[in-house]
Amino acid sequence: MNKRIEFLPEGDSGILIRWPQEISPQITAEVSAAAHALRHARIEGIIDIIPAYCSILVCFDPTAVSFSSLHERLFQCIGREKAAGTAVIRRFEIPVCYGGGDMPKVMQYTGLSEAEVIELHSKPEYLVHMIGFLPGFPYLGGMDERLAVPRLKEPRAVIPARSVGIGGSQTGIYPLSSPGGWNLIGRTPVRLYDPAKDDPVLLRTGDLVRFVPVSEEACAALEAEAEVGKGCYRRQEGENEWESV
Amino acid sequence: MGIRLIKAGMFTTVQDIGRTGFQSRGFRACGVMDRRSFRIANLLLDNPENEAVLECTLTGPVIEFTSEMIIAITGGNFQPEVNGEPVRMYEALYMKKGDILKLGSAVTGRTCYIAFSNYLQVPVVMGSRSTDTLCGIGGFKGRKLQDGDYIEERIKRRKYLPYFLSRKLDLDEFDTSREKICVITGPQDDMFTRRGISTFLGSEYTVTSSFDRMGMRLEGPFVESRAGSDIISDGIPFGAVQIPENGKPIIMLADHQTTGGYAKICTVITADMPKLVQRRIGDRISFRAVTPEEARKKILDEQQEFQQMRDRIHRPCREVLDCRLTAKRVRQLFEDRPQ
Repeated sequence: MNKRIEFLPEGDSGILIRWPQEISPQITAEVSAAAHALRHARIEGIIDIIPAYCSILVCFDPTAVSFSSLHERLFQCIGREKAAGTAVIRRFEIPVCYGGGDMPKVMQYTGLSEAEVIELHSKPEYLVHMIGFLPGFPYLGGMDERLAVPRLKEPRAVIPARSVGIGGSQTGIYPLSSPGGWNLIGRTPVRLYDPAKDDPVLLRTGDLVRFVPVSEEACAALEAEAEVGKGCYRRQEGENEWESV
Repeated sequence: MGIRLIKAGMFTTVQDIGRTGFQSRGFRACGVMDRRSFRIANLLLDNPENEAVLECTLTGPVIEFTSEMIIAITGGNFQPEVNGEPVRMYEALYMKKGDILKLGSAVTGRTCYIAFSNYLQVPVVMGSRSTDTLCGIGGFKGRKLQDGDYIEERIKRRKYLPYFLSRKLDLDEFDTSREKICVITGPQDDMFTRRGISTFLGSEYTVTSSFDRMGMRLEGPFVESRAGSDIISDGIPFGAVQIPENGKPIIMLADHQTTGGYAKICTVITADMPKLVQRRIGDRISFRAVTPEEARKKILDEQQEFQQMRDRIHRPCREVLDCRLTAKRVRQLFEDRPQ
């Protein structure tokens, strides 16, 4: 059993499972596997789980189960999953129409040309460390440090849905229209949050995401397709073939 | 057939216990602020424990009933009236077609809850009827109620409840009490200095006007941290007390974000959340650290209390036990009838 992991009470209806505090693909993989194991174990008394960069908050019903007995069950469950192996890796290719918004500001701050910004932003395979803040909002790791631009001093009242942005050294996509302080460098037709779907949120912790630059015209065409329900992205599950959705 | 909101009130939404199971996808749980009052309202009507209710804030709605049904109102005192006559809270009330229920402003507390025997026709979204007003998900069209809104009843003809006259309970009092709010310290209490923690636990704080369904901001003595308040974002529970750089506590409430990056000094215990959320702007609050065992005892005691309430409202009332009293009342009906 992994001695680096702590189980701490958080209030009387929470247990915080805490890994060493760092943002890394290894810790995210462990958190992702543990979350997967917890969901499948269907432990009595658990109401919800909130995985994050290096922790999982387990919300439970204190009238149904005590801290100590839940602690025991969690301990058994997470230890076991490490022996059984990790969850399947999913990869996504998401089209992005770069430009507009705060692109001029980003170019000015970084000293890069628009083409260079696009190249650096679309090159890495980003890791989804966690989903939080808004339904389907991915916290992506792996952005090139040269693209880091501080958040706006005053957040915008409204950021259009599906905007792609940079906030400090993080990058992400707004699934919904929302106030926010990130620098907007593009948009995507892909609905990261779609209330019409059975599973309304596309991305999960542990997913890998690559951005594919597309032209303004291509984006408009994809937007039209997305309106009528097409996914407009490519996906690979584990070792299977890539499929267009 | 159902209810029409002639006036919607300041902030009235459809809520149940909350949308759980999806916080890992970024969906806020939302749900009622005061879980105790919520449970009692449904308990009075033998409703399923998690049946959706109307949560009213500060100023309540004016509701026309276009159908017969039984309701119960719990929580802060909104001085309810039916057709101009005051009615009691914490009691099953029989509403006839055409009756007008008027809720005024909260004289005590902040929110009240109206449960309905015929339930509310509001779709279930991801397992819950709660409203997420920030994301426009669930409840009545994903928003707070507006003047003129009409909500259908979900079932018909549940207008008989056994032991009707027994369905009354003592009012929960929401006057400003001097009772401390119990908390369990952690998980980032180690980010605060010993002085910071003793300041927090030893001082009185004031509820500011920055108090809504997302959170309650407090004003009072600065809480000192060792090296700032930034943490690697982690999950946030209902009742968490965050302390950002400015040293002033913010308590996370029903519409809180799922994750956040400010250090959390403690979490308010489940049994004390109803008391906390019913505080008013300008009230003083102070905190007391308790062990998880003490917290568990309080919540289990409350479970017992709910069972006792259930027993009480399912007892035959005086009118059933004393035939003479009932006979007198029935005779009155015949004597009052026009010939």
